[in-house]
Amino acid sequence: MGFMNLLKHLLSDDWGVHPDDHKRPAADAPVRVMPVPQRLYLPLQQHLGGPARPVVLVGQQVSKGELIAEAQGMVSAPIHAPTSGTIVAVSEITAPHPSGLTLSAIILEADGRDAWGELPACVDPFSLSPAEIGQRVAAAGVVGMGGAAFPSSVKLVGASRAKVTTLVINGGECEPYLSCDDRLMRDQAAAIIDGIRIMQHATGANVALVGIEDNKPEAIAAMQRAAGRGDVVIRPVPARYPMGSEKQLIQVLTGTEVPADGRPADIGVIVHNVGTALAVRAAVREGKPLISRLVTVNGQCAAYPGNIEVRIGTLAEEVIAFAGGLKGDGLGLARRIMGGPMMGMQIPHWRVPVVKGSSGILALDASEVAAQEPNPCIRCGRCVKACPMGLLPLEMSARIRNQAYDEAIDLGLKDCIACGCCAYVCPSTIPLVQYFVHAKGELAAQDRTKLRNDATKKLALQRQERLAREAREKAEAAARRKAEREAAAAKVAAEAAAVNAQTQGESA
Amino acid sequence: MIAAILSLTLLGAALGIVLGIANKFLKVEGNPVVEELLVMMPGSNCGQCGFPGCNGAAEAIVNGTAPATCCPPGGKALASAIAAKLGLTVDLSAMADDGPKIAVVAEELCIGCCRCSKVCPTDAIIGAAKQVHNVFREACTGCSSCIEKCPTEALVMRPVPVTLQHWVMPRPVAA
Repeated sequence: MGFMNLLKHLLSDDWGVHPDDHKRPAADAPVRVMPVPQRLYLPLQQHLGGPARPVVLVGQQVSKGELIAEAQGMVSAPIHAPTSGTIVAVSEITAPHPSGLTLSAIILEADGRDAWGELPACVDPFSLSPAEIGQRVAAAGVVGMGGAAFPSSVKLVGASRAKVTTLVINGGECEPYLSCDDRLMRDQAAAIIDGIRIMQHATGANVALVGIEDNKPEAIAAMQRAAGRGDVVIRPVPARYPMGSEKQLIQVLTGTEVPADGRPADIGVIVHNVGTALAVRAAVREGKPLISRLVTVNGQCAAYPGNIEVRIGTLAEEVIAFAGGLKGDGLGLARRIMGGPMMGMQIPHWRVPVVKGSSGILALDASEVAAQEPNPCIRCGRCVKACPMGLLPLEMSARIRNQAYDEAIDLGLKDCIACGCCAYVCPSTIPLVQYFVHAKGELAAQDRTKLRNDATKKLALQRQERLAREAREKAEAAARRKAEREAAAAKVAAEAAAVNAQTQGESA
Repeated sequence: MIAAILSLTLLGAALGIVLGIANKFLKVEGNPVVEELLVMMPGSNCGQCGFPGCNGAAEAIVNGTAPATCCPPGGKALASAIAAKLGLTVDLSAMADDGPKIAVVAEELCIGCCRCSKVCPTDAIIGAAKQVHNVFREACTGCSSCIEKCPTEALVMRPVPVTLQHWVMPRPVAA
């Protein structure tokens, strides 16, 4: 037995890490619903793709669920008023981003009535065509609730075109500390299953596989009860980070690997989060836009960790105050994070709004923060073993340190999913994943520079052409005028000559 | 047997004395300045400077074959410290430039003379006679040829503002 286990352990691909999950007691506490705060700050870019364009004026009254910013471009999502009230400003607010830079945001003053506007409800979503479901999901501004915030309608519509056979539902929630998906599955399993069926109908997938990590037995039981013996299959998966990553979950559930430069749709799979399934259901069945979400408040500094339903645009500061504040007034606070501890964003202060993709607000103390000075690499190879994508983090980081980005790309930098396993296991505490995020940003900046240079070249050429054309036109105009003048002069001369001849003839 | 032991002992003692004398009279002094620089340097022997370790770099800096700015991990701080120690003047601007710049029109100063838009190589300046001009942020290349044409000093070069779309995570400090 022991030997077989050891053999299995040695033979199986042992990717990922097993961090302490810290999910309880937050996961076991019942969900609290936060009342609407006085002011909501709604960034125009809460999703991947183009920012939304405001369609309201300052001073305008809006009802709950009214469109306040429309989608702009192919990949984008609209934004709706999370409550009824008045638009007070369109201004800048600190983004949930490690740079601490600002984003344009619509600021809404709540009037306290919290009254819904008219909603386009639908009794039987299964009578709708996939395209209609896609439109409803797009109009409701639903984005991926797992954190990446990719507009869901784009994925759904793309899937119905790409002949997707399997719908994978991500209930992995592999990030430590977070338990909002766990809570949703425990409390609203039936609604999630309904949402999954709607998405299955929209994508045309034959089967829906729900992957849930086995550290959430309550969620697995609740989902199995709700799913019954239908075509929605609940599949417990081993708890391991990053099990909730798209490519890893697909491989574990279907046994197929997504090609390096491909998308899941290339192998007939599409992945959505459980929270997204719920939002899709609300959008299609009730016509409700995405205006609130479940957020996990956790960390050693949080006085009462738990899951809280908050309106999009609520400041993290107010969410924490509602959750019971910080222990000792935040004296031991070492780091503020929005999202999970592995892939979330470190934020500079708490005056940052909750956006559609915010899954957690973490107040970590010094014992939870790895803040050691990095030491030289000892080439132990632990990062190689941990990397879920099978890359060589130590080699890549050495290249990036010397700014040899092209060599890093040859080693597979573009396949890096920035999960942070390598930095987590490094005994020398080298910030490996930070190197990769830096390099990706640097490469994107280089691409932008190249595009800009091309555009500049084009502009310069156009200017030269314009100058040449202007000079030519000027010359032509001058030549024309000269010709006209000469013609006129010739005519005058001819007339004069004719008159002369006449007078001479008369005189003769 | 005794002869062998005796001869080897004598040989050893004689060679030992020679080595001792050599150590005393032929001692090679290390350059104390190099030693001092070595203390200041990161000491990770990363080789990014192109020399075999920090020692090689320190020697090269002292000999004048390498600039004080040759150590990337040490950065500006180390370069200025070395320069202060050796009494050198260093050009720190080469180590990290202060980013791209673009031209910006101060609208209250612009008189609409159109002189700037005529020289712009990418037609990035928009405006007609007696109208306030403006610069297309996307098209401006930061060549600053318009700056000296402006009679009212309404054009100034400003750093390109960093936005969320353009922000790049800084490279971690090397171990």
